[in-house]
Amino acid sequence: MTAVEFPPAPKRDGLVRRALRDPLAVGCLVVLALLIVASLAAPLLTGYEPDHSVMADTLAPMSGSHPLGGDGVGRDVLSRLLYGGRTSLVGGTLAVLVAFAVGGPLGLISGFYRGWFDAVAGWIVNVIMAVPAIIVMLVVMAAVSQDLNVAMVVLGVIMAPMVFRLIRASVIAVREELYVDAARVSGLGDGRIMRRHVLPVVIAPSLIQATQVFAVAIGIQAGLAFLGLGKASQASWGAMLGDAFTNIYNAPALLVWPGAAMGLTILASSLLGNVVRDALGTAEPRVVRRRKRVERRAAAPVAEAPADRLLTVAGLRVGYPKPGGDKTVVDGVSLTVARGEVLGLVGESGSGKSQTAFSVLGLLPNEAEVTADRMVFDGKDLLGLDLAALNALRGRGIGYIPQEPMSNLDPCFRIGSQLVEPMRKHLGLSRAEARAKALELLARVGIPDPERVFRSYPHQISGGMAQRVLIAGAVSCDPRLLIADEPTTALDVTVQAEVLDLMRSLQQEREMGMILVTHDFGVVADICDRVAVMQKGRIVETAPARQIFAAPEHGYTRMLLDSTLEGGPARGDLRVPDKPLKEVTS
Amino acid sequence: MLVFLFRRIAAGAVLVVVVATATFLLLNLTGTDVARNVLGETASRSAVTAKSHELGLDQPLVERYWHWVEQAAQGNLGSSWFTGDSVNQSLMDTLPVTLSVVLTGLLIAAVLSVALGAAAALRGGWVDRAVQFAAVLGTAVPSFLIALVLVVTLAVQLGWLPATGYVALGTSATDWFRSIILPAVSLAVAATAATAMQVRGAMIDVLRADFVRTLRSRGLSTRSVVFKHALRNAAPPALTVIALQFIGLISGAVVVEKVFGLPGIGTLANSAAVRGDAPVLLGTVVVTVGIVVAVNLLLDIAYGWLNPKVRVS
Repeated sequence: MTAVEFPPAPKRDGLVRRALRDPLAVGCLVVLALLIVASLAAPLLTGYEPDHSVMADTLAPMSGSHPLGGDGVGRDVLSRLLYGGRTSLVGGTLAVLVAFAVGGPLGLISGFYRGWFDAVAGWIVNVIMAVPAIIVMLVVMAAVSQDLNVAMVVLGVIMAPMVFRLIRASVIAVREELYVDAARVSGLGDGRIMRRHVLPVVIAPSLIQATQVFAVAIGIQAGLAFLGLGKASQASWGAMLGDAFTNIYNAPALLVWPGAAMGLTILASSLLGNVVRDALGTAEPRVVRRRKRVERRAAAPVAEAPADRLLTVAGLRVGYPKPGGDKTVVDGVSLTVARGEVLGLVGESGSGKSQTAFSVLGLLPNEAEVTADRMVFDGKDLLGLDLAALNALRGRGIGYIPQEPMSNLDPCFRIGSQLVEPMRKHLGLSRAEARAKALELLARVGIPDPERVFRSYPHQISGGMAQRVLIAGAVSCDPRLLIADEPTTALDVTVQAEVLDLMRSLQQEREMGMILVTHDFGVVADICDRVAVMQKGRIVETAPARQIFAAPEHGYTRMLLDSTLEGGPARGDLRVPDKPLKEVTS
Repeated sequence: MLVFLFRRIAAGAVLVVVVATATFLLLNLTGTDVARNVLGETASRSAVTAKSHELGLDQPLVERYWHWVEQAAQGNLGSSWFTGDSVNQSLMDTLPVTLSVVLTGLLIAAVLSVALGAAAALRGGWVDRAVQFAAVLGTAVPSFLIALVLVVTLAVQLGWLPATGYVALGTSATDWFRSIILPAVSLAVAATAATAMQVRGAMIDVLRADFVRTLRSRGLSTRSVVFKHALRNAAPPALTVIALQFIGLISGAVVVEKVFGLPGIGTLANSAAVRGDAPVLLGTVVVTVGIVVAVNLLLDIAYGWLNPKVRVS
């Protein structure tokens, strides 16, 4: 493993400045600032005590003396709104402080030392999280105190698990970074490691978490007060909502003020958390819109191709949009495959060979930008095909064999159903016919017990078996072209040769054309008729396989050959033709 | 799988016992004169003493706890200090109301979150941004505030649906649905928002998986790839979040029941909390935690069923 470069903790002022450029963030900050000002300046802004009740002012309309009118028992609404803001602010802050005071240190210790402490803390956290918060609050308010602030302290404890989990996970992530071990080896004490390496990483997610805890606490506090809990002398938005609710038919407008104040505060707080997340660049990944079809770059006429021509690709370009301009990974590739011909596409990783293969199938990621002058398969123009037409061709006209067998089977479905589904679609077979053909195919690709494998889930078979299943899937609908992307790279050496033999015999028996993507000249020598060598998105040399080995023209080809063939003959020399297939049990 | 289930059941039972014990201690250690509260300020001292004896409050704490555990183990949760009503009966009366609302809310959340999360993951662009923004708002706003808005607009102003009251399912299915749909929707908003984000994330991950590309290479329709294969693979993580949301739904129900005047378990717990009626409160805590454990167990089973690696072993 190479040393991991850890991004430096974001600068505080940078974060603030970035956040201030977002109007949404400014709006959130203004709302929260208003809340703080209203809470502090409540006695200056209104002359009324929040719990001073005057019978004559019951449901009083808005007026000079009562700017927002009077409530159901003749208290001044403005005064209650301002003092209620104070209760919310204090309550939310208390909950945040307690949640972090309890969850923070416990999370740090749990994540840093693990062991029995982690186990015990984890168990307690699970207990707390399994109990509905409001029920606990009801019990506490019944048993301990009617004070909403006491309730918020308890809520802080109830919400501490959220903080605990976050901090613990962050600490474990940092802990596993190599540099912490390095710091430890170089003699730094635990305390200094935590201060220097752990705290900076934990601060940003904690800020986001704090805004969430604050928002939730204000909501729960209001819920409790709405239920009628809390001291009567404690003005709160929840109690105002409760009072307004009893007058819902007489004065529904009373709901508006506390409802709006609470809604705005909660939204401002949680949106602020989101803005911080965005500014830190830790937001959820963006999804790129569904890809357009492959664009034709120039209106090149489809030239007459030889009759045995299966695939023609001309001027293929694949690029990915990057912040500093597009990154081109395939740069003007042209290639042809004749019927029954095996074309090896060879190059180092990153040379664009897999990207070339995928673009023929239209299987590149959504964000890829693909253009070509010409792309014709068996007389059919692939450029501008819609998805339905492409789907009719995939599997039926062109089969695909992937590199990594275990990750290319759907783990949730039985192997049989994964083989049967395309055959029923493309060949219009009945369930029983498709099943019979799938079993036949499984036997053909050398699987000893087709019935059992048919019923198995992917995790129940070996990698070599899985690759045979994938080969069976690729040829199941009798395609005329196979695209194999490093089909043996992920397999054991013993299995590699057998899988290659299988592909060769299937290819000959069905007279399929094939594009074999590989970096292994041994594989090329084994089975390819012609070879195209790719470097940095371009094809540097195309020649019959024999000629490539005998007289490579391009320097890059020679370099590749030297690096693979040195120290031994190509595996092709060792191959015994038409050797019967062995059963694989690895 | 069986061993796994057995361990989960045992862990759930331990959880119920721990929570019940903690609640019992909390409610009985506060030193308030319960008998005095029950009888009121004007009751004579001898009447208070007699009441205290009747309620068993003159016994030592450990004995009272043990008595409660013995009874609870036999399925008897005692009776109210104030009304003398059987706690079991009160719970049987109120539980269907709460479960109607909460389970309907859960169903709405499950369906909507899958639709929204999948749409965001598939369509990207403005759909994705809109869903993400709505999810932030939906998670933050407390359910009872949504309930208040719904009551004022749809029930009081427009009169489309009843503002208060509960109709049993056995009485009239339509009226039952009309009485619980608004509370269920109010509760579902937050759960939908949180779960939709999880579905979105899981779908994005699955759609990037190798096997999805291979399925596409076989020419399967987008419908099959997305709704049969990808969704099935994205379901387990979504289920985990739904399980957590269920606890939040019960919490929300306590307050939302008051808005809609529903005689549910939250209303029972609330009035018991205001009076300081320990047996009733204790009963509601035990039953709620029991339900949470049961639902989590069901979701665990569903999780195992959805995941062949757990099921087939």
